[in-house]
Amino acid sequence: MSSSAQTKPARQLRCCGASGCRSAGSEELQAALEAARDAAGHTAQELAIKPVGCLRLCGRGPLVACDGPGGTTLYGAVPPTEAGALIEATRNYDHASDTLQASRLDPQLPFFALQSSVVLEGCGQVDPESIDDAIAFGTYSQLRRCLHELTPEEVREQVKRSGLRGRGGGGYPTGLKWDTVALQPPGPRYVVCNADEGDPGAFMDRSVLESDPHRLLEGLAIAAYAVGADRGYVYVRAEYPLAVERLRKALQQARRAGLLGSGIDGTSFALTIEVRVGAGAYVCGEETALLQSIQGQRGMPRPRPPYPAQSGLWGAPTLINNVETFAAVPVILREGGDWYASMGTAGSKGTKVFALSGAVTNTGLVEVPMGTTLRSVVEVIGGGVPDGTPIKAVQTGGPSGGCIPAELLDTPVDYESLLELGSMMGSGGMVVMGETTSMPEVARHFMRFSVNESCGKCVPCRAGTVQLAQLLERFVERRASPADMAKLDALCRMVKATSLCGLGQSAPNPVLSTLRYFRHEYEAACRQPALCDRP
Amino acid sequence: MTATSPARPAASKPSPSAEEIANRKIAQVIRRHGAQPDALIEVLHQVQEIHGYLPKQALDQVARQLRMPLSRVYGVASFYHLFTLEPPTPHRCAVCLGTACFVKGGADVAARLEQRLGVKLDDAAGNGTWAVQHVSCLGACGQAPVLVVDGVLLTKLPIDQPEALDAVFESAGMPSAGAVPA
Repeated sequence: MSSSAQTKPARQLRCCGASGCRSAGSEELQAALEAARDAAGHTAQELAIKPVGCLRLCGRGPLVACDGPGGTTLYGAVPPTEAGALIEATRNYDHASDTLQASRLDPQLPFFALQSSVVLEGCGQVDPESIDDAIAFGTYSQLRRCLHELTPEEVREQVKRSGLRGRGGGGYPTGLKWDTVALQPPGPRYVVCNADEGDPGAFMDRSVLESDPHRLLEGLAIAAYAVGADRGYVYVRAEYPLAVERLRKALQQARRAGLLGSGIDGTSFALTIEVRVGAGAYVCGEETALLQSIQGQRGMPRPRPPYPAQSGLWGAPTLINNVETFAAVPVILREGGDWYASMGTAGSKGTKVFALSGAVTNTGLVEVPMGTTLRSVVEVIGGGVPDGTPIKAVQTGGPSGGCIPAELLDTPVDYESLLELGSMMGSGGMVVMGETTSMPEVARHFMRFSVNESCGKCVPCRAGTVQLAQLLERFVERRASPADMAKLDALCRMVKATSLCGLGQSAPNPVLSTLRYFRHEYEAACRQPALCDRP
Repeated sequence: MTATSPARPAASKPSPSAEEIANRKIAQVIRRHGAQPDALIEVLHQVQEIHGYLPKQALDQVARQLRMPLSRVYGVASFYHLFTLEPPTPHRCAVCLGTACFVKGGADVAARLEQRLGVKLDDAAGNGTWAVQHVSCLGACGQAPVLVVDGVLLTKLPIDQPEALDAVFESAGMPSAGAVPA
């Protein structure tokens, strides 16, 4: 989307270096490519080999994109032994070896063709460890524009017009949150980026952090300017070492380049950002628990109000948004709020990034406009279950969400539709389940997770999740009684209604949604199935 | 104090013990964070890096130098899953039981490891040499099911092919049950 002022080499190979491809051997491949290029007598000017972030189709890693005069070709699962052949193919594809031809991916595949890169526009394009490359791509230009040309009110106006809603799962209107923080009485304010992506099956934020950390920093800095904050934190989970490393590097580069610190870009605007690394507590993704953790405390949520926007870090107004939310901000300012709002549905604007995994052919990162149907995400883009059997359900929203059955796959993906189905958008994890997956087992899987992750502060969550897990155990082991069915239902509603924070309130969702759509599986697990329907 | 660690060359004074070195490192970490109480979690991360776990005397030192009650340090250390208060076994595996890995047979991977190594899942003591723990998601869902062995991520484990799976375990250095030292 952005044109670079630098002279680009005629041909280049972009190698994905995000953790998915790394685990598939991308570092070895990149080294082999460099060696093969040198052996073939090409210079870096003629043929650049560039480490980049996520190229989306994680299941086929290591991925390499080859840009040449004839366009871009993508290769997946390239063994290092094919490095020489790949270098040769950048000149003349007709001579490509059979192995190489087999690993060529068609860019017209729905997986690529149906995606719209907005938040992810830099992922796979920029070198995540180079601020120069990010700047050449256009990163930080919107921050500069905001600082020099726009008032904080004007920035917030664009965000409001965009209709952007919190991408961490809650879906609270971002512009409204920014206004609330900005309009608090004078005094210190903080901005916090929630990068504690803990939902099993979600890796969107990791990909953004590993692939385009400067975009996140730009969004965070614009937010700080818009709400009048001069200090910020990025709270990242410790399970993402590469993301932490790249984020720290990006922060250091931005400070050196004068894009963070005091007197940014010759203005009076100052901003200090620190990274805080979590220590493996899922509950810290809940905003009040996250604030506790940043302050060096046990990550225990507290009742709201007051909301962090009024009283957050050290009692000061604090803006908390998720990685994807901040990463959407620069492009909203560049193209305008109205442009962003032209995508999506009436209530859910823009695009959403999903992490597609489970029993699906194409696993990886998918960005589509809000309102795209689940079917087109999992069947068309995802390619359905690998062995061609039907999809049984799609799990969205992690342990707070639910399982959506195959017959409802034509539902558009937006905040409201998913809530109506008893699931939720969540952060964007989408796990496809085939016929062989047992729903009571899925429910028990999530409930065990919630038992493990309950912080223990309130009784409904601390004790309720344990009881629910034990009840589900009876169903999985096929020794439940009809009375257990009624108990399960009642206990779910109680935990949902009375827990203190979002973790407890949504912990019963996987059970409730599977009870709603796959009740027969629970009934079949009863000793006297015929009696199960009776109250 | 006499040195118990291997002697260092060219030391005119008695070389400091491993414990002293660790204590100094911890003091340095705390100073680097300006002895601010909100740095507690960062400090504990680095103490764990130094010792491999959080020994009691290190928690005492952190409490003293951050000027906070030991109860608060212990409270935080015991709250977060990644902090461990017991010395770890020399070798460790973490089986991912996130949703994608669950769908792709992560639980079977865990069961096979338990059997092979003669350990129980999430028992930190393991068999003395190896311990197997579960993790909730490593964000490598595209390559499910996955396993971390001594810090190395192994992906797309062939759960349907027992022999191939055993070969993966073998090449990761995991002894099979018969060969485990008592």
